[in-house]
Amino acid sequence: MAVVLSDVTIGADLPSRSFGIERASMVRYAGASGDFNPIHWSEQIATGVGLPNVIAHGMLTMAIAARVVTDWIGDPGAVVEYGVRFTRPVVVPHDAGATLDVAGKVRAVNHDTGTVVVDLTASVSGQTVLAKSRMTVRVRSAAQGW
Amino acid sequence: MTLDQSFVGRAYPATAPYEVGREKIREFADAIGDDNPAYRDPAAAQALGYADVIAPPTFPIVMTMSAAAQIVADPDLGLDYSKVVHGEQRFVYTRPVQAGDVLRVAVHVDAIRVAAGNDLLTTRAEVTTVGGEHVVTAYSTLVARGTAAG
Repeated sequence: MAVVLSDVTIGADLPSRSFGIERASMVRYAGASGDFNPIHWSEQIATGVGLPNVIAHGMLTMAIAARVVTDWIGDPGAVVEYGVRFTRPVVVPHDAGATLDVAGKVRAVNHDTGTVVVDLTASVSGQTVLAKSRMTVRVRSAAQGW
Repeated sequence: MTLDQSFVGRAYPATAPYEVGREKIREFADAIGDDNPAYRDPAAAQALGYADVIAPPTFPIVMTMSAAAQIVADPDLGLDYSKVVHGEQRFVYTRPVQAGDVLRVAVHVDAIRVAAGNDLLTTRAEVTTVGGEHVVTAYSTLVARGTAAG
Protein backbone atom coordinates (compact mmCIF):
# COMPACT_ATOMS: atom_id res chain seq x y z
CA MET A 1 0.00 0.00 0.00
CA ALA A 2 1.02 3.58 -0.50
CA VAL A 3 3.07 5.25 2.18
CA VAL A 4 1.29 7.88 4.29
CA LEU A 5 3.00 10.79 5.97
CA SER A 6 2.13 9.81 9.54
CA ASP A 7 3.99 6.52 9.06
CA VAL A 8 7.25 8.17 7.96
CA THR A 9 9.91 8.77 10.61
CA ILE A 10 13.21 10.60 10.35
CA GLY A 11 16.12 8.20 10.09
CA ALA A 12 14.03 5.34 8.73
CA ASP A 13 15.64 3.22 6.05
CA LEU A 14 13.85 2.64 2.76
CA PRO A 15 14.07 -0.84 1.27
CA SER A 16 17.53 -1.20 -0.34
CA ARG A 17 17.66 -2.37 -3.93
CA SER A 18 20.25 -3.74 -6.33
CA PHE A 19 20.04 -3.15 -10.07
CA GLY A 20 22.06 -4.77 -12.84
CA ILE A 21 23.62 -2.64 -15.58
CA GLU A 22 25.01 -4.31 -18.68
CA ARG A 23 26.38 -3.09 -22.00
CA ALA A 24 22.98 -3.40 -23.63
CA SER A 25 21.57 -1.08 -20.95
CA MET A 26 23.74 1.77 -22.22
CA VAL A 27 22.98 1.13 -25.88
CA ARG A 28 19.30 1.21 -25.05
CA TYR A 29 19.63 4.31 -22.88
CA ALA A 30 21.66 6.08 -25.58
CA GLY A 31 18.87 5.51 -28.07
CA ALA A 32 16.09 6.56 -25.72
CA SER A 33 17.85 9.64 -24.31
CA GLY A 34 19.73 10.85 -27.37
CA ASP A 35 23.09 10.79 -25.52
CA PHE A 36 25.31 8.94 -27.98
CA ASN A 37 28.66 9.78 -26.37
CA PRO A 38 30.79 6.76 -27.42
CA ILE A 39 32.42 6.40 -23.96
CA HIS A 40 29.13 4.68 -23.06
CA TRP A 41 29.31 2.00 -25.73
CA SER A 42 32.77 1.84 -27.34
CA GLU A 43 35.49 0.18 -25.30
CA GLN A 44 38.11 1.46 -27.74
CA ILE A 45 37.06 5.07 -27.32
CA ALA A 46 36.51 4.80 -23.56
CA THR A 47 39.97 3.39 -22.90
CA GLY A 48 41.43 5.83 -25.45
CA VAL A 49 40.39 8.78 -23.25
CA GLY A 50 41.82 7.15 -20.14
CA LEU A 51 38.79 5.39 -18.70
CA PRO A 52 39.25 1.83 -17.40
CA ASN A 53 36.42 0.63 -19.63
CA VAL A 54 33.02 1.65 -20.97
CA ILE A 55 31.08 3.62 -18.34
CA ALA A 56 27.35 3.98 -17.78
CA HIS A 57 25.61 7.29 -18.50
CA GLY A 58 25.43 9.23 -15.24
CA MET A 59 21.82 9.98 -16.08
CA LEU A 60 21.09 6.25 -16.33
CA THR A 61 22.50 5.76 -12.83
CA MET A 62 20.44 8.71 -11.59
CA ALA A 63 17.28 7.32 -13.19
CA ILE A 64 17.77 3.88 -11.66
CA ALA A 65 18.55 5.24 -8.17
CA ALA A 66 15.29 7.22 -8.18
CA ARG A 67 13.30 4.02 -8.06
CA VAL A 68 14.18 3.37 -4.42
CA VAL A 69 12.00 6.38 -3.60
CA THR A 70 9.41 6.36 -6.39
CA ASP A 71 8.57 2.68 -5.92
CA TRP A 72 8.33 3.27 -2.16
CA ILE A 73 5.82 6.13 -2.43
CA GLY A 74 4.01 4.61 -5.41
CA ASP A 75 3.50 7.87 -7.30
CA PRO A 76 6.53 8.79 -9.43
CA GLY A 77 4.86 12.11 -10.26
CA ALA A 78 5.08 13.25 -6.64
CA VAL A 79 8.75 14.16 -6.92
CA VAL A 80 9.34 17.80 -6.01
CA GLU A 81 13.11 17.88 -6.33
CA TYR A 82 15.84 15.37 -7.20
CA GLY A 83 19.56 16.09 -7.25
CA VAL A 84 22.73 14.03 -7.37
CA ARG A 85 26.48 14.43 -7.56
CA PHE A 86 28.37 11.95 -9.74
CA THR A 87 31.47 11.02 -7.76
CA ARG A 88 32.86 8.07 -9.67
CA PRO A 89 32.08 6.52 -13.04
CA VAL A 90 30.13 3.26 -13.15
CA VAL A 91 32.45 1.00 -15.11
CA VAL A 92 30.62 -1.73 -17.01
CA PRO A 93 32.82 -4.68 -18.09
CA HIS A 94 31.68 -6.63 -21.15
CA ASP A 95 30.84 -9.91 -19.47
CA ALA A 96 30.24 -9.17 -15.81
CA GLY A 97 28.35 -5.89 -16.13
CA ALA A 98 27.91 -3.85 -12.95
CA THR A 99 25.55 -4.00 -9.99
CA LEU A 100 24.25 -0.73 -8.60
CA ASP A 101 23.35 -0.90 -4.90
CA VAL A 102 20.99 1.87 -3.80
CA ALA A 103 19.91 2.76 -0.26
CA GLY A 104 17.66 5.53 1.01
CA LYS A 105 17.18 7.09 4.44
CA VAL A 106 14.56 9.61 5.53
CA ARG A 107 16.31 12.89 6.24
CA ALA A 108 13.34 15.14 7.00
CA VAL A 109 9.55 15.05 7.27
CA ASN A 110 7.65 18.30 6.75
CA HIS A 111 4.02 18.03 7.84
CA ASP A 112 3.23 21.58 6.72
CA THR A 113 4.14 20.94 3.10
CA GLY A 114 3.38 17.21 3.17
CA THR A 115 6.85 16.39 1.93
CA VAL A 116 9.57 13.90 2.82
CA VAL A 117 13.26 14.33 2.04
CA VAL A 118 15.23 11.15 1.37
CA ASP A 119 19.02 10.89 1.24
CA LEU A 120 20.11 8.36 -1.38
CA THR A 121 23.40 6.54 -1.62
CA ALA A 122 24.44 4.50 -4.63
CA SER A 123 27.50 2.32 -4.90
CA VAL A 124 29.12 -0.29 -7.10
CA SER A 125 31.27 -2.96 -5.41
CA GLY A 126 31.23 -0.86 -2.24
CA GLN A 127 32.48 2.31 -3.96
CA THR A 128 30.21 5.34 -3.89
CA VAL A 129 29.07 6.54 -7.32
CA LEU A 130 26.39 9.04 -6.27
CA ALA A 131 26.92 11.42 -3.36
CA LYS A 132 24.89 14.30 -1.93
CA SER A 133 21.91 12.67 -3.59
CA ARG A 134 18.56 13.72 -2.31
CA MET A 135 14.94 13.46 -3.37
CA THR A 136 12.03 15.45 -2.00
CA VAL A 137 8.58 13.93 -2.54
CA ARG A 138 5.01 14.75 -1.61
CA VAL A 139 3.47 12.00 0.52
CA ARG A 140 -0.23 11.66 1.24
CA SER A 141 -1.14 12.66 4.78
CA ALA A 142 -3.82 9.96 5.04
CA ALA A 143 -4.93 6.95 3.06
CA GLN A 144 -7.99 8.78 1.70
CA GLY A 145 -6.47 12.06 0.61
CA TRP A 146 -3.85 14.72 1.12
CA MET B 1 42.21 26.39 -21.46
CA THR B 2 39.97 28.33 -19.15
CA LEU B 3 36.38 28.89 -20.14
CA ASP B 4 35.21 32.29 -21.33
CA GLN B 5 33.75 33.97 -18.23
CA SER B 6 31.69 36.33 -20.36
CA PHE B 7 29.27 33.45 -20.94
CA VAL B 8 28.02 33.68 -17.34
CA GLY B 9 24.51 35.09 -17.27
CA ARG B 10 23.82 34.40 -20.93
CA ALA B 11 20.30 33.31 -21.78
CA TYR B 12 19.46 31.47 -24.96
CA PRO B 13 16.15 31.62 -26.84
CA ALA B 14 13.64 28.89 -26.06
CA THR B 15 13.90 25.82 -28.25
CA ALA B 16 11.34 24.74 -30.83
CA PRO B 17 8.33 23.00 -29.25
CA TYR B 18 8.86 19.36 -28.22
CA GLU B 19 5.71 17.25 -28.16
CA VAL B 20 5.85 14.53 -25.50
CA GLY B 21 4.38 11.26 -26.76
CA ARG B 22 3.21 8.20 -24.86
CA GLU B 23 5.48 5.89 -26.83
CA LYS B 24 8.56 8.06 -26.19
CA ILE B 25 7.83 7.90 -22.47
CA ARG B 26 7.42 4.12 -22.70
CA GLU B 27 10.70 3.81 -24.62
CA PHE B 28 12.52 5.88 -22.00
CA ALA B 29 10.98 3.93 -19.11
CA ASP B 30 11.99 0.66 -20.79
CA ALA B 31 15.54 1.98 -21.23
CA ILE B 32 15.91 2.75 -17.52
CA GLY B 33 14.30 -0.59 -16.63
CA ASP B 34 11.43 1.02 -14.69
CA ASP B 35 8.19 -0.95 -14.98
CA ASN B 36 5.96 1.58 -13.19
CA PRO B 37 2.52 1.44 -14.86
CA ALA B 38 2.08 5.23 -14.55
CA TYR B 39 4.60 5.50 -17.43
CA ARG B 40 2.62 3.21 -19.74
CA ASP B 41 -1.02 2.83 -18.81
CA PRO B 42 -3.26 5.94 -18.98
CA ALA B 43 -5.69 4.33 -16.52
CA ALA B 44 -2.91 3.80 -13.98
CA ALA B 45 -1.79 7.41 -14.37
CA GLN B 46 -5.38 8.64 -14.04
CA ALA B 47 -5.77 6.67 -10.82
CA LEU B 48 -2.92 8.81 -9.45
CA GLY B 49 -4.68 11.98 -10.59
CA TYR B 50 -2.95 12.65 -13.92
CA ALA B 51 -4.65 13.29 -17.22
CA ASP B 52 -2.36 10.94 -19.15
CA VAL B 53 0.76 8.83 -18.66
CA ILE B 54 3.55 10.68 -16.87
CA ALA B 55 7.27 10.58 -17.58
CA PRO B 56 9.99 9.35 -15.20
CA PRO B 57 11.64 12.09 -13.11
CA THR B 58 14.80 12.18 -15.24
CA PHE B 59 12.96 12.23 -18.59
CA PRO B 60 13.38 16.03 -19.01
CA ILE B 61 17.07 15.37 -19.76
CA VAL B 62 15.95 14.24 -23.24
CA MET B 63 15.04 17.86 -23.95
CA THR B 64 17.42 19.77 -21.71
CA MET B 65 20.63 18.08 -22.83
CA SER B 66 20.04 18.83 -26.49
CA ALA B 67 19.03 22.39 -25.60
CA ALA B 68 22.24 22.85 -23.60
CA ALA B 69 24.27 21.64 -26.57
CA GLN B 70 24.00 25.13 -28.05
CA ILE B 71 26.12 26.36 -25.12
CA VAL B 72 28.40 23.35 -24.69
CA ALA B 73 29.27 23.13 -28.37
CA ASP B 74 29.89 26.86 -28.83
CA PRO B 75 33.59 27.05 -29.80
CA ASP B 76 33.84 30.52 -28.21
CA LEU B 77 33.13 28.99 -24.78
CA GLY B 78 36.26 26.83 -25.03
CA LEU B 79 34.93 23.63 -23.50
CA ASP B 80 36.94 20.54 -24.45
CA TYR B 81 34.08 18.08 -24.78
CA SER B 82 36.41 15.07 -25.00
CA LYS B 83 37.35 15.77 -21.36
CA VAL B 84 33.84 16.38 -20.10
CA VAL B 85 32.08 14.30 -17.47
CA HIS B 86 28.76 14.95 -15.78
CA GLY B 87 29.40 16.40 -12.34
CA GLU B 88 26.02 17.20 -10.86
CA GLN B 89 22.40 17.14 -11.92
CA ARG B 90 19.30 18.47 -10.19
CA PHE B 91 15.66 18.80 -11.20
CA VAL B 92 13.09 21.02 -9.48
CA TYR B 93 9.54 20.18 -10.53
CA THR B 94 6.26 22.05 -10.59
CA ARG B 95 4.63 18.90 -11.93
CA PRO B 96 5.68 15.77 -13.83
CA VAL B 97 6.05 15.86 -17.59
CA GLN B 98 3.12 14.04 -19.15
CA ALA B 99 2.08 12.73 -22.55
CA GLY B 100 0.57 15.47 -24.68
CA ASP B 101 2.76 18.22 -23.22
CA VAL B 102 4.23 20.59 -25.78
CA LEU B 103 7.34 22.00 -24.17
CA ARG B 104 10.07 24.52 -24.78
CA VAL B 105 13.46 24.74 -23.09
CA ALA B 106 15.27 27.99 -22.33
CA VAL B 107 18.87 27.51 -21.21
CA HIS B 108 20.99 29.88 -19.14
CA VAL B 109 24.64 29.87 -18.10
CA ASP B 110 24.55 30.14 -14.31
CA ALA B 111 28.21 29.68 -13.40
CA ILE B 112 31.69 29.04 -14.73
CA ARG B 113 34.42 28.23 -12.24
CA VAL B 114 37.65 26.35 -11.76
CA ALA B 115 38.16 23.72 -9.07
CA ALA B 116 41.20 21.48 -8.66
CA GLY B 117 42.38 22.15 -12.20
CA ASN B 118 38.99 21.34 -13.71
CA ASP B 119 36.69 23.70 -15.58
CA LEU B 120 33.13 23.61 -14.27
CA LEU B 121 30.13 24.83 -16.25
CA THR B 122 26.71 25.08 -14.59
CA THR B 123 23.67 25.54 -16.79
CA ARG B 124 20.00 25.97 -15.95
CA ALA B 125 17.29 24.78 -18.32
CA GLU B 126 13.78 26.11 -17.76
CA VAL B 127 11.17 23.76 -19.22
CA THR B 128 7.77 25.34 -19.80
CA THR B 129 4.69 24.57 -21.84
CA VAL B 130 4.17 26.59 -25.00
CA GLY B 131 1.51 28.38 -22.93
CA GLY B 132 4.18 29.52 -20.48
CA GLU B 133 3.40 27.18 -17.58
CA HIS B 134 6.51 26.09 -15.66
CA VAL B 135 7.01 22.31 -15.56
CA VAL B 136 10.57 21.67 -14.40
CA THR B 137 13.95 23.35 -14.07
CA ALA B 138 17.08 21.28 -14.69
CA TYR B 139 20.47 22.32 -13.30
CA SER B 140 23.52 20.59 -14.78
CA THR B 141 27.18 20.90 -13.91
CA LEU B 142 29.66 19.63 -16.46
CA VAL B 143 33.29 19.06 -15.50
CA ALA B 144 36.12 19.25 -18.02
CA ARG B 145 38.84 17.28 -16.32
CA GLY B 146 42.25 18.88 -16.09
CA THR B 147 41.56 21.58 -18.66
CA ALA B 148 41.87 24.68 -16.46
CA ALA B 149 44.99 26.77 -16.90
CA GLY B 150 47.38 25.87 -14.11
